[in-house]
Amino acid sequence: MTGDSGSDPIVRADDVHLSFGDVHALDGATLAIEGGTVYALLGSNGAGKTTLINVLSTLLVPDSGHASVGGDDVVANPKAVRRRVGLAGQFAAVDDYLTGRENVEMVGRLYGLPRSQARRKAAQVLERFGLSDAADRRAGEYSGGMRRRLDLAASLVGEPEVLFLDEPTTGIDPGSRLDIWRLVRELVAGGTTLLLTTQYLEEADELADRIGVIDGGRIVAEGTADELKDALGANRLHVRVRQQDLDATRRVAATFSGGVERDGGDFEFPAADGTAQLIAMVRALDAQHIEPVTIALERPTLDDVFLRLTAGSAIGQAAT
Amino acid sequence: MSGDATTVTRPGRLLVDAWIITRRNLLRYTRLPQLLVFATIQPVMFLLLFTYVFGGAIGKDIPAAAGGEYLNFLLPGLLVQISAFGAGQTAIGLTDDLSKGVLDRFRALPMARSAVLAGRTFADLIRSAAVTALMLAVAFAIGFRYQTSLFGFLAGVALVLTFSYSLSWVMAALGLKVANPEATQTAVFLLVFPFVFASAVFVPVATMPSWLQPFAEHQPVTVMVEAARGLMLGEGALSPGQTVAGQVGVALLWCAGIFAVAAPLAVRAYRRSLRS
Repeated sequence: MTGDSGSDPIVRADDVHLSFGDVHALDGATLAIEGGTVYALLGSNGAGKTTLINVLSTLLVPDSGHASVGGDDVVANPKAVRRRVGLAGQFAAVDDYLTGRENVEMVGRLYGLPRSQARRKAAQVLERFGLSDAADRRAGEYSGGMRRRLDLAASLVGEPEVLFLDEPTTGIDPGSRLDIWRLVRELVAGGTTLLLTTQYLEEADELADRIGVIDGGRIVAEGTADELKDALGANRLHVRVRQQDLDATRRVAATFSGGVERDGGDFEFPAADGTAQLIAMVRALDAQHIEPVTIALERPTLDDVFLRLTAGSAIGQAAT
Repeated sequence: MSGDATTVTRPGRLLVDAWIITRRNLLRYTRLPQLLVFATIQPVMFLLLFTYVFGGAIGKDIPAAAGGEYLNFLLPGLLVQISAFGAGQTAIGLTDDLSKGVLDRFRALPMARSAVLAGRTFADLIRSAAVTALMLAVAFAIGFRYQTSLFGFLAGVALVLTFSYSLSWVMAALGLKVANPEATQTAVFLLVFPFVFASAVFVPVATMPSWLQPFAEHQPVTVMVEAARGLMLGEGALSPGQTVAGQVGVALLWCAGIFAVAAPLAVRAYRRSLRS
């Protein structure tokens, strides 16, 4: 676990509330991120991911609660927070008329870097993001993936301690997604703290040290991917049978509690006892001369965790 | 990490940041000079259309100070008109940046907060000056002659650009409130159109129906137009009892008043703006 070092978290949100009219975009969001780690905020559209990022990057002022970055309060001392953070939003905020280099240099200058240093840093990040060759072309001519990388490069030119990435891979092709994953790993290896939001469980699983599941404007569960899976508890027993065994299997299934039949001869049973249940099932099926196609104990996936945690929440709340 | 000795914090920070933003906004015109040419086409069309199509009909009612040429009467008015529509670029540019997330990025940076609006309005002022210069070149080519002095003429141009700048802040507030590029186009048009046409830009106010005259006479576009006419054509171009100095004074008060009201509104709207 990452939280046992005793160091102060670098990013903190404490019972943050924020409403837009009747919509409670944030409803008591609380989180803490240790320096040098990757935290993934996992949630569907409208769960409050972007709103929380916007509060932490000083773009929105919360109605109540506190949030801080590096010990500086986002409301009381926003400028100090802005010095520490880099933000790459859901949509590449690049200027089409400027070249890639000009885009990055401009952001560097606005971070307060002197011209020569902005130029040097810009060249460095462009190189790192594989944009050196395209650096002197107008950003308007870039592909979607290149724009996203340029946006990321711009957010890093000021060497922020904390980087907020709002859905960094939404809407880009799989190749570019892998590029961005690689860059994220490099950043973390360099010591940058990262808060990223994502709708993709795979992405959270792949990149994050800790995952916070956000729903209805609050963090409903938090932990490592394994912890979250364990928290959901029970393994499940999965049985698939041939069509001709379907009726017989149904009769067997009825003797086990909590069984669910999916289409195509797929059955699932809660299996808190794990192997004991597996053996019981094998025996019961064998007694009926049913030979399953597959029979397996399965750990819950992050999808299961997510669906379980966010079940019954309002669908399609407006604000993100 | 940030926060090292390389981070500049000095009083001139606002100016530096504002200049960076200004430069960024102007670069598009050097990348695509067509943008500037297109921006000039409409004013030039107005100039030619009104001079040659309507000039003959309207020309009889113009003051003698215009030297018998409708073009001389029209030009100061047209300058005000293009400065008003030119200021609309501020609204359109800001909504464009807002919708693309560029403003969110700027707002998340440790830069001077008013720098984005200062840079935007200043870049638009330079753009308006360039469009004005191009239009004046055409106007001189087809026969415009100021009737006072070069100084009076240049003072008139400067006054009109001052008006354009103060109006830019109104447009900044409007654009950030409306926050949608298409809707902003319409909003700018609806705001500017009545002021430009129910004014002394194209015709003397005295030729309008009596119910319209009080508005047309006192609204800021007319005040600017009369002040600019006074400066370029002389006191004879003004209504009896008006002086050039007096009209210029009233015009500058309008500019200051518009700026004083609009700038805080625009800054407030900027602080609350967020890509939706």
